[in-house]
Amino acid sequence: MSEFLQQLINGLSLGAIYALIALGYTMVYGVLRFINFAHSDVFMVGAFIGYYAGRHLPQGTVWGGLVAMAAAMAGCALLGMLIERLVYRPLRGGPTLNVLITAIGMSLFLEYAGQLVFGATPRAFPTIFPSRVMEFHGLIISMNQVLVIVVAALLLLGLELTVFRTRIGTAMRAVALNPGAAQLVGINIDVVISFTFGLGSALAAAGGVLYALNYPSIDPLMGVVPGLKAFVAAVLGGVGNIPGAALGAMILGMVETFVDGSRWSTYKDAIAFTILIGILLFRPAGLLGRLTAEKV
Amino acid sequence: MPAPARLIALAALGASAALGAGEPIRIGEYASLTGKEASWGQSSNEGITMAVEEINAAGGVLGRPLELITEDDQTVPGQSATAAKKLISRDKVVALLGEISSGRSLEAAPIAQAHRVPMIAPASTNPKVTQVGDYVFRVCFIDSFQGSVMARFAAGELRARRVAIISSMSNAYSVGLARIFRERFSAGGGVIAAQQRYAEGDKDFRAQLTAIRAAGCDAVFVPGYYTEAALIVRQARELGLSVPFLGGDGWVSDELLRIGGDAMDGCYYSTHFSPENRSPVVRRFVEHYRARWSGETPDAFAALGYDAAGVLADAIRRAGSTDGPALRDALARTRDFVGATGETTINADRDASKPATIIAIRDGRFNFVQTVPP
Amino acid sequence: MRPPRHIVALAGAVLAALALSLFSDRIDPYFLDVLTGVGINVILAVSLNLVNGYTGQFSLGHAGFMSVGAYLSAAITVLWGPSLLGADGGTAAQQGVLFFAALVAGGLGAALAGLAVGIPSLRLKGDYLALVTLGSGEIIRVIFQNVDALGGALGLNGIPAYTTVFWVYSAGALTVFTVACLVQSTYGRGFLATHDDEIASEAVGLNTTRYKIVAFVVSAFFAGVAGGLYGHFKLTITPTGFDFTKSIEIVVMVILGGMGNTVGVILAAVLLTILPEVLRSVDQYRMVLYSMLLIALMLARPKGLFNFDYGAICARLWRRLAPARPAGGGPGAR
Repeated sequence: MSEFLQQLINGLSLGAIYALIALGYTMVYGVLRFINFAHSDVFMVGAFIGYYAGRHLPQGTVWGGLVAMAAAMAGCALLGMLIERLVYRPLRGGPTLNVLITAIGMSLFLEYAGQLVFGATPRAFPTIFPSRVMEFHGLIISMNQVLVIVVAALLLLGLELTVFRTRIGTAMRAVALNPGAAQLVGINIDVVISFTFGLGSALAAAGGVLYALNYPSIDPLMGVVPGLKAFVAAVLGGVGNIPGAALGAMILGMVETFVDGSRWSTYKDAIAFTILIGILLFRPAGLLGRLTAEKV
Repeated sequence: MPAPARLIALAALGASAALGAGEPIRIGEYASLTGKEASWGQSSNEGITMAVEEINAAGGVLGRPLELITEDDQTVPGQSATAAKKLISRDKVVALLGEISSGRSLEAAPIAQAHRVPMIAPASTNPKVTQVGDYVFRVCFIDSFQGSVMARFAAGELRARRVAIISSMSNAYSVGLARIFRERFSAGGGVIAAQQRYAEGDKDFRAQLTAIRAAGCDAVFVPGYYTEAALIVRQARELGLSVPFLGGDGWVSDELLRIGGDAMDGCYYSTHFSPENRSPVVRRFVEHYRARWSGETPDAFAALGYDAAGVLADAIRRAGSTDGPALRDALARTRDFVGATGETTINADRDASKPATIIAIRDGRFNFVQTVPP
Repeated sequence: MRPPRHIVALAGAVLAALALSLFSDRIDPYFLDVLTGVGINVILAVSLNLVNGYTGQFSLGHAGFMSVGAYLSAAITVLWGPSLLGADGGTAAQQGVLFFAALVAGGLGAALAGLAVGIPSLRLKGDYLALVTLGSGEIIRVIFQNVDALGGALGLNGIPAYTTVFWVYSAGALTVFTVACLVQSTYGRGFLATHDDEIASEAVGLNTTRYKIVAFVVSAFFAGVAGGLYGHFKLTITPTGFDFTKSIEIVVMVILGGMGNTVGVILAAVLLTILPEVLRSVDQYRMVLYSMLLIALMLARPKGLFNFDYGAICARLWRRLAPARPAGGGPGAR
């Protein structure tokens, strides 16, 4: 029984990390209708910014950790907005295939340029938050795991508030529903889209720092696999749906953790994709999404 | 012929003879100089380069200097084969040195064998590598020995009755070493408490470690690369698994301590070399290496690269030629070659029977424990 | 009656490949290797072009089908070859027949995999299809990693070196021939209609799913053949060698060549195989340059760099070079 509960905790923390990345994917897809393949690499850049910031800050303090995370989030928000402005905006309105290919190109660029700049060998991430392990009736949970769950929950809440209670959030929802009509009522689409990218990238950066805290070995390709799984989580929950992304991420994290500890652990990588194919076949709108009819 | 013409002819003859005698012997090296395992490729490259420089400074081999041509396989599967082909066909090397990873050695070995160019792997320990053909050699021990060493160490020194194994599912070295450890430990009366697997590049092992913790064991064997091993041990300590962790030569790296931190205390692993070894040969090697490479301390792969180049040069000398079959026979007859990793003797399977060195990690430092003879 | 032009072209290409192969001992082996690599990439690129280019479906899992073909054909020659050929290895003709059978089997296996992947996923659009094909490639990789009979994680080695320039270029000629024939047939119109506007095509009664599946399966078949050739060329195959990066490399060739332009794609495949060999010294910049190339192409010239109407160019050249025809007669007058 205690093994089961321990695995549950492990799954929860893994799911929380996927959730942080998935939120960014789902937001961008909701507003722009394309998979930002480069999102997972912004996640990686966030971890590296956190690495460099962490080396100049005192280790093991809460404020030090917060500063490093803030630096990563700010840096990546800028990066995300820059990418959107330079590379995605010129292609807006054209065939979606082109944007998709460009996104893949951007992702590869960040990965391989990262390898050139940072070197491909993994580095040790500094302990920027106080690191402690707590025991509770035989169950073990580390401070970092708690941090991930708490931060993910806070960010989820913050995002929901932003999207449903602020003007820019309303504008985002309007653009997601109908970009043409949104423009007609006076919304500046460029600003809204830039903001969406910035916000999504900041979330990815936070995810990157927290991921690196839990698995303190970072390298330029660290975003590829978590990114793909996070996207699967977003689709599972219903792409474009914020609570859906979180739910999907939790489910994926749990399933993966239980498979990992079982006899079929060698098929772990295939699990995420099998879930993806299954969902797309049987419930394409996802668990919490609604099927929208495509008007021609 | 008039006198001046004769003089000129003689001079020309002498010059061409000198040129012919001085024509370099080309050796090819393929290694992972960039990519995920760049630190290892660079280590062995530094060892090989230093060996070639020393040999040339002492007059070369058979009166000719050695020329080292290096190709980078970028830690990418499939590239080693291309690199090997280029070195053999384009650069016409007389022998190949490479690689550290068993998987990548297995890619290039069939090509060396097909072209009848001797290949010496500095540090590939999977038994299959030399089984490819009679032109493929190695200067290190193989996993059947390494697995036995760790199995005996666990049972003997650590008095472990139940050992769990957590190994990679996609890495040739890890899969092979895990299997051998399992066989030897069970044959010695021990019980394998659990067998868990992970994928290369995985970061989260809590699921596997939780299962291992539930099974209960006296030690855990992690026959993988240091990148995953460090994370595994760290997470294990967080989960309350305080038993000793054991590993193989895949753990060799300074990053092991940087990533693993304090968690690594109380762990042991087997390797080919320790810079703390008191023997004069090793001390000289370490001094020269530090002088040559800006104070860096050599690791096992630098030492093995150094020895691989040394064995090759020695074999060329004994063969008296760089001809493929002759060189192959000379390599096969290598006996008691003294190098940085001990005495190398090539046996009938073209493997080297070498001692293993066990290293313990205490107080955040590597400590030499013992040498286990073959 | 003269046989149709394209059959003549196919026969000519095969004969040329045979001739080249016979003289192969006189050619520098490294150059021969590059040539073989070029040929294999041409097959991969042209087959992918059928799906990504002509039919407009974005598949990112081509390397997965290649691996199915590689493993299946290698399994036949490695596991059954010795018992079929006998202890002495058999005559060259026997080996040739075995290799041919292995290649075809590999292609058929890959085609089946294409069917298995295609049927459920081809009703998805754009991004989703890309992701699902990517995922299927990964699932195939994980499966092979777990099949110990095929070497598992270590991969399969000891594959006999059957691939020669003849095999590669004959297969290449056959691939181009098949794709060209398909495109010029009614199927081709179906592909193009699906590419241009799926919804409109459905509205006029075209079964776009069927066309998509046909394109997918044919493309997978040739990817499998290319995989078989690759396996018997590199002599060792591992599951990780057929991953997402490999699929991307082929996608770049298709995009560079101009999606839907076979000649352009062939040229791109040739360029992108030779360039890394030529630029070996700066190989670590290769992927960075590829990615920048992708982005630059999409921003500046999404039609690709080699996307020209080669037929029209050749026709114009021909007219300029051909002697003046007598007025009122001959094939030029129309």
